[in-house]
Amino acid sequence: MKKAYKIEVDCANCANKMEEAAKKTAGVKDATVNFMALKMHVEFEEGVDHKAVMKEVLANCKKVEDDCEIFF
Amino acid sequence: MNKKQKKMLVRILVSAALIIVLKWIPAEGLLRFALYMIPYIIIGYDVLKKAWKGICNRQMFDENFLMAIATIGAIAVALYEGSASAAALGISGENDYTEAIAVMLFYQIGEFFQSYAVGKSRRNISELMDIRPDYANIEKDGELEQVDPDEVEIGTIIVVKPGEKVPIDGTIIEGNTSLNTSALTGESLPREAGVDDEVISGCINLSGLIKIRTTKEFGESTVSKILDLVENAGSKKSKSENFISKFARYYTPAVCYGALALAVLPPLVRWLFMGLSPMWPVYIYRALTFLVISCPCALVISIPLSFFAGIGGASNQGVLVKGSSYLEALSEAKYVVFDKTGTMTQGVFEVNGVYENTIPKEDVIEMAAYVESFSTHPISKSLLKAYGKEVDKNRIHDVQEISGHGVIAKVDEKSVAAGNEKLMKQIGVAFKPCDKIGTVVHVAIDQQYVGQIVISDILKPHAKEAISSLKRNGVKKTVMLTGDTKVVANQVAKELGIDEVYSELLPADKVSIVEQLLEKKGKKEKLAFVGDGINDAPVLSRADIGIAMGALGSDAAIESADIVLMDDDPLKISKAIKISRKCLRIVYQNIFFAIGIKLICLVLGALGIANMWLAIFADVGVMVIAVLNAIRALFVKKL
Repeated sequence: MKKAYKIEVDCANCANKMEEAAKKTAGVKDATVNFMALKMHVEFEEGVDHKAVMKEVLANCKKVEDDCEIFF
Repeated sequence: MNKKQKKMLVRILVSAALIIVLKWIPAEGLLRFALYMIPYIIIGYDVLKKAWKGICNRQMFDENFLMAIATIGAIAVALYEGSASAAALGISGENDYTEAIAVMLFYQIGEFFQSYAVGKSRRNISELMDIRPDYANIEKDGELEQVDPDEVEIGTIIVVKPGEKVPIDGTIIEGNTSLNTSALTGESLPREAGVDDEVISGCINLSGLIKIRTTKEFGESTVSKILDLVENAGSKKSKSENFISKFARYYTPAVCYGALALAVLPPLVRWLFMGLSPMWPVYIYRALTFLVISCPCALVISIPLSFFAGIGGASNQGVLVKGSSYLEALSEAKYVVFDKTGTMTQGVFEVNGVYENTIPKEDVIEMAAYVESFSTHPISKSLLKAYGKEVDKNRIHDVQEISGHGVIAKVDEKSVAAGNEKLMKQIGVAFKPCDKIGTVVHVAIDQQYVGQIVISDILKPHAKEAISSLKRNGVKKTVMLTGDTKVVANQVAKELGIDEVYSELLPADKVSIVEQLLEKKGKKEKLAFVGDGINDAPVLSRADIGIAMGALGSDAAIESADIVLMDDDPLKISKAIKISRKCLRIVYQNIFFAIGIKLICLVLGALGIANMWLAIFADVGVMVIAVLNAIRALFVKKL
């Protein structure tokens, strides 16, 4: 299951860090952040609750880059 | 400018003004320190906050941390220099608070510029791709109502007025108009369309009011597919981008440890082993300069920005690239393999000429068209097209189709045979062999040979130019694959100047030939396959880069290819390669320029030649130049 989310982040390096953080979140199979399009593509593992996982993703992203936002 | 940017601009201006004002205020000691802290806090509070949070979250090696350490360190050095011992070293202590604030100020100016430039190019690119229709007109009780295109069901009749975008794919049921397809294809000539013509969403209606019966939902329409493709283009990252993110991951910590070593080791060595004064402030200052230089932002921002601009510029020219990795691969394309039919030729058969005729040419075509009029074979279609008049089917009797040979029928009580050499032999008519290239239809009336019609697929107008342009642009070898006969294939290849031809292939053979070619080529050379995407999906996906052309409205092609040429002009292939080369040139320029300048400045900083001001240039200046350079990738119209 793949989904795309709109994100807000100010610098490209921060976007890279968000990508790393999202990838490491439980329930996320793979994630890519496109800084230019301000989009995060998340591939979820089977049978997980997207909303709950995305909350974790956001929390992890906030840890590496305080000034970011994911809209889900 | 958005809210954040405006706020930042105010902070920059206020703190810059304060620094200038403070120059004229003769304050000493603690008061001086307190006064100078005002602009420092105004300009740098968020950086300090982020750095602190980073330390709390154990994510300390980012540029906020670098800036916080560098500026706090510079202030500390300045404080220390106020004391008498520093004065002995001959460093002027007067301006050093200013230096710390200036570092922060310039860092924020850089960030501000970066955010502005990125936002601006983001908007530029989306303007280029501004094909998203906002509404659809539906006629209700004689009046037009604007509705969300998402809500329009298949089969609904929508009205498109002149100047409006076609919102959904469909068929015209009323009205004639010309359509501007340039947003989709880059082609500037308008296309004429009338009743029963299919129209594609994203075109702009230029002249007349048309009514369209929709054949797709909005989400399935061409315009949605294209937007989806371009917006998600970034999900496949190129080698350069991966290199940069990896580089940044190791580089920042490495520089931090380097700075620490620079601050501690040389003074210790001087003090313990050489018996000299350790000169702590000098080396701490150098270490701080080192930190300011090191910020990886210029690199990290400019590489994805270049690709994004390149992809945006390409889509404006009717070349859709599905990801930066393909743009990168395309720039290394040394082998280009073509499908013949539909790619280099139009895939439409046309009568080329009538030869060896004993009766007028028109009559030969008329007779052939009549006997073939019941067939749906492409050959008979081209004959009917060449005849150009209505066929009176009452004149035809006793149609006898002999599979693999041709047709015999009675037209106006004359027995007419039209077919290949085998048919002529079978009915015992002496025919003249044909030396022309193409499919030959021999015609005989009442056992008398009257002539031969040569039908062939015609080359696309720019096919020859396209091949020579590829050659000029460093493509080593062009190869053509076709299911057609050897004679036809060789003739086409010769005419176009193609190096290698493989003919009489089945679709599966095409895959194995591409595989052979893939094995033969060098490691750094890429192979591109160009097809029309209809029956060559396996080959498209097997090649390094699959290019589908004439894909306007063909979902299969859009899905299976890596690069999609919206119209079917083969010249676009070399254009796409040129765009990719320009983009990659910019990417490499930025990588070498940014890393190069940084390394030079790092060395100068370590040796104490570079001061904070040069460090600022190495950080902000390089970033600004790299971003401006990246934006060049957007301008590809004249390539």
